[in-house]
Amino acid sequence: MSVKLSTRQVGDVTVIDAVGRITLGEGASTFRDTIKDLALKGNQKILLNLGEVSYIDSSGIGELVSGFTTVTNHGGQLKLVGLTKRVKDLLQITKLYTVFEVFDDEAPGVRSFA
Amino acid sequence: MVTFDLAPDGRVQTMPQQESGEICRVDSMLASTLDSVDAAETETLKVAEEVGFDEEELHKIGMAVRECMVNAVVHGNRYNARKKVHFRVLRGNDHMTVVIRDEGEGFDLQSLPDPLAEENLLRQSGRGLLLIQAFMDDMQIQHVKPKGTEVKMMKYLAKAS
Repeated sequence: MSVKLSTRQVGDVTVIDAVGRITLGEGASTFRDTIKDLALKGNQKILLNLGEVSYIDSSGIGELVSGFTTVTNHGGQLKLVGLTKRVKDLLQITKLYTVFEVFDDEAPGVRSFA
Repeated sequence: MVTFDLAPDGRVQTMPQQESGEICRVDSMLASTLDSVDAAETETLKVAEEVGFDEEELHKIGMAVRECMVNAVVHGNRYNARKKVHFRVLRGNDHMTVVIRDEGEGFDLQSLPDPLAEENLLRQSGRGLLLIQAFMDDMQIQHVKPKGTEVKMMKYLAKAS
């Protein structure tokens, strides 16, 4: 199953709930389009919930980085929450833990934008 | 060496074969498509289960094969319908070997940007080989004639725990 994304507002923070796989092809492009659309609409506080993402490949990682860059270039912030052990391991291997701000739980993640 | 085409229904056809003390479990010529990436991952995991890798190692092996197949299909063969990916999976008692060969122009390994360098962390691509190295115990890359790149990856049970 490729990734399914849904968005919700928690105060002025846009939370994106991702479910499924972010891999080369449909999953990665869906992800890219959603992040870009939110950034263009002026959403500057975006918390990406990856708790239900079972699989990310290097293309998916590339889309995470691209999303981070897109949001940052529009003056916003993209942060991550709820990473599975496998996704945490990927961020460690790729040193992207030094790039992304990561939270275990949503509440502190939302508060961090204040 | 006997090779097989991808079956009409997209499955990889397999056949046991002896080679260098290993049993060849899969030997296929795959189309340069993303469907082949999925097929290669599925067939590799069947063999990995036979060898006895646990769930976490299965995930790593599957991901390494996926990354390598994407490199072969996308960067090597560039989705060219006339070019194939030669895909083999061999198993020993305590290890497995996956060999993936494309028919692309090849690349200079030394010229690839280091994905862990500070200035490259925000690059969108270039992490595939890093993940393969991280998830497998051994990886060898060589250019093949007349043209193409062959990646050989090995994973050992003894190092799996």
